Amino acid sequence: MTLKGVTILKKLKAVLLWSCIAVSAPINLFAQWDNLNMRPGVTDVSNEVFELHMLIFYICCAIGLVVFSVMFYSMFRYTKKKNPEPAKFHEHTGLEIMWTVVPFLILVGMAIPASQTLKEIYNDEEGEINIQVVGYQWKWEYRYLEDDIKFFSNLSTDMDEIYNLVPKGENYLLEVDEPLVIPTNTRVRFLITANDVIHSWWVPDFAIKQDAIPGFINTAWTEVSKPGIYRGNCTELCGKNHGFMPVVVKAVEMDEYTDWVMERKEAAIRLAELTEKEWSLAELTERGKGVYQTNCVACHQVNGQGLPPVFPALAGSNIVMNDKAKNIEILMEGVQGAAMQSFANQLSEIDMAAVITYTRQSWGNAENGDGSYVVPKDIVEYKPKI
Amino acid sequence: MSTVIENHHDHHHGPASGLMRWVTTTNHKDIGTLYLWFSFAMFLIGGAMAMVIRAELFQPGMQIVQPEFYNQMLTLHGLIMVFGAVMPAFVGLANWLVPMMIGAPDMALPRLNNLSFWLLPFAFGILLSSLFMEGGAPNFGWTFYAPLSTTYAPPSVTFFIFSVHIMGASSIMGSINVIVTIMNMRAPGMDLMKMPLFVWSWLITAYLLIAVMPVLAGAVTMMLMDIHFGTSFFNAAGGGDPVLFQHIFWFFGHPEVYIMILPAFGITSHIIETFARKRLFGYSSMVWAMLSIAILSFVVWAHHMFTVGMPLAAELFFMWATMLIAVPTGVKVFNWVATMFRGSITYETPMLFAIAFVVLFTIGGFSGLMLAITPADFQYHDTYFVVAHFHYVLVPGSVFSIMAAVYYWIPKWTGNMYDERLSRLHFWLSFVGVNVTFFPQHWIGLAGMPRRYPDYALQFADWNMVSTAGAFLFGASQILFLFIVLKTVVGGKKATSQVWEGAKGLEWSVASPAPYHTFSTPPKVD
Repeated sequence: MTLKGVTILKKLKAVLLWSCIAVSAPINLFAQWDNLNMRPGVTDVSNEVFELHMLIFYICCAIGLVVFSVMFYSMFRYTKKKNPEPAKFHEHTGLEIMWTVVPFLILVGMAIPASQTLKEIYNDEEGEINIQVVGYQWKWEYRYLEDDIKFFSNLSTDMDEIYNLVPKGENYLLEVDEPLVIPTNTRVRFLITANDVIHSWWVPDFAIKQDAIPGFINTAWTEVSKPGIYRGNCTELCGKNHGFMPVVVKAVEMDEYTDWVMERKEAAIRLAELTEKEWSLAELTERGKGVYQTNCVACHQVNGQGLPPVFPALAGSNIVMNDKAKNIEILMEGVQGAAMQSFANQLSEIDMAAVITYTRQSWGNAENGDGSYVVPKDIVEYKPKI
Repeated sequence: MSTVIENHHDHHHGPASGLMRWVTTTNHKDIGTLYLWFSFAMFLIGGAMAMVIRAELFQPGMQIVQPEFYNQMLTLHGLIMVFGAVMPAFVGLANWLVPMMIGAPDMALPRLNNLSFWLLPFAFGILLSSLFMEGGAPNFGWTFYAPLSTTYAPPSVTFFIFSVHIMGASSIMGSINVIVTIMNMRAPGMDLMKMPLFVWSWLITAYLLIAVMPVLAGAVTMMLMDIHFGTSFFNAAGGGDPVLFQHIFWFFGHPEVYIMILPAFGITSHIIETFARKRLFGYSSMVWAMLSIAILSFVVWAHHMFTVGMPLAAELFFMWATMLIAVPTGVKVFNWVATMFRGSITYETPMLFAIAFVVLFTIGGFSGLMLAITPADFQYHDTYFVVAHFHYVLVPGSVFSIMAAVYYWIPKWTGNMYDERLSRLHFWLSFVGVNVTFFPQHWIGLAGMPRRYPDYALQFADWNMVSTAGAFLFGASQILFLFIVLKTVVGGKKATSQVWEGAKGLEWSVASPAPYHTFSTPPKVD
């Protein structure tokens, strides 16, 4: 008896413990309420958008409360048991007019602030700083129109994290090799377009989401008050790596921004000097491997096998093994009507030569082909042909 | 002479035997059954694809499928559920019910009816076969925006285009049939404003389909030209415009979403009226509300495209027009509530589904209203908030109404009552499943998770896990639905011709199961 009592008590305890966990789990999740709602963001516009969102949300809640109260009251009060004889009424013109006009007025009340905010978002003046944002499969390019700086911004999350081989970092899928840098308290205007398919450039904290459409330029603007790192995404399905081309914006004080611009310009000069240098095969292959991993693996895969028929294999490809001239041409000009884009403006002469050399030296291509390689000067010589 | 005709008549009064009955049938009840089973099969296939999607999203990281296959799954899931599950189910219901509700012997164009059904298996056979083609199935989303669906598409896109053309032809034929039947074959005395609301809802739906299906056909034809014949409709480099595609697509696409909800309004009205045992409140305002929704559906399409960079005037117009839709939709909800008020309600399974429809569709309507607010839409657009919104109007909206309809009319179709205990279990499992799946998606959407992502940042992990658990619960409970339906077809308590105490309408005046031919002589309606 006692023994049985103890077992029951133990079981009861276990049940209690588990039900506590079961009940508290959702509460714990709710405790992170901020993670369940839109963020107010860091610009005037984003705060206004947040206010609009909360306003319409509360209006919906209020309407829902009224409608569902009447409904649930009827459901409990007017069951067949409690009300065997149903009422006979089936129309009431006054009521119908009332519930057409009242919602209409609520909507008008909602439309006014929404229209005002929209007008502000559409204020299309030029910015103090103008940046062209170009979407590519699957990365962003940023061109600073005043300062002649341009660079690509690629996902920097390790493939091993994505395939669960190593633990995931804090900013998993929301980190890039080079973020967009902008100054705070400055009107920055974005000219958004795309190179291949439609992408969409979204930074939630600025309430900017604007489609990047090939052949068209859309504009958006922001003025960020608080320095910080703001993360967003591509929000238009753009192919297989749509989920892997985040947007990261670093907002810094004006001084810091000016320093950064200087630094970028000096780096460009250093790179030009490097182009003149004599590169060895080993140096190029080593550098090319990194370039390949950032720019090419998404389609052509780490093992060079590609994903035929849309993304052809490089391993064993006749062009990569034997036709150096055609190889350079494809990289520089892309392939018309296919997914292969031109990399002429995306890679420096060094990186271009390095990546071609890497593919010509890897996966047995050198052994089975002519084994030739490409140096930066070849690319410099090719450029005027485009 | 008259003897000859009599004999001729006698040969045809029952169904043919064997498999050929189903291939050659021109009987509206047989074709209705075919449509319903076809849509159920598609619902299970599309559902299996949803399970692949949810399983991959159970945890961050890529586990089960590769991103390229994930995109194929989300594309086919959308296409199959919209064109293969929801639309054919409503056409099946129309086939079964419209002639019986208006006192007609059959659809007006029975051979066309046979053709419009038998096109569908071929259309979806072609679409599904693209999974096994080189380069894989279509992977550009069910909205297939150019140029992802043209220049950058896998080779199977041509098969996809062909299959959409066939589906469109089938829908147009079906709609012509519905309109001709309703306009010409109503029993004497049945004025338009005396028609059952399901018939009204389908009359309006059929006009919408005839108006927009050719537009979809135009869009895919332009894609075909761009891909194979060197035109540049959607290619900016050739002087075309990728945004043009979106305008054309959504000019079809927005009426399309009402095509998937108007018949649900009709069904819900009948069921609430029956189980509240009280005449529907505001019949004529219900009709006018449906007409207003249908007309407004042609002037709101660009609210799907607020972020493409339209001029301010266009954004304002589409915001206001979209908000306006809330008015007639609200009227419908208020009328349903007013019907229940002071009724004498019982809660059989069809009523449970119908009430869940009203509540959850309204929640979907609220998020729709939020999405109409353009500045806020800049934050919601293409996030899981949108996914939650349209699944709320489509799953506990359209799909629940279809399930309600099946439970409501299956005693009339089979002559047997369904198992009330099992069907209640089915309801509660579906109800819990659907909410656990889609409600948290509002939150992860607001928190910033974009849609059509095979992988996501860590802060979305908890609720994605919950959502996946709900999805599997919902999916599994549909196997129970299949079982209940089969069990009812095989046997069960015999149904009376009236079936439900509060049921009104001509379809309840014929025996259960409904004889193969009904209303050979038109009934008289006062």
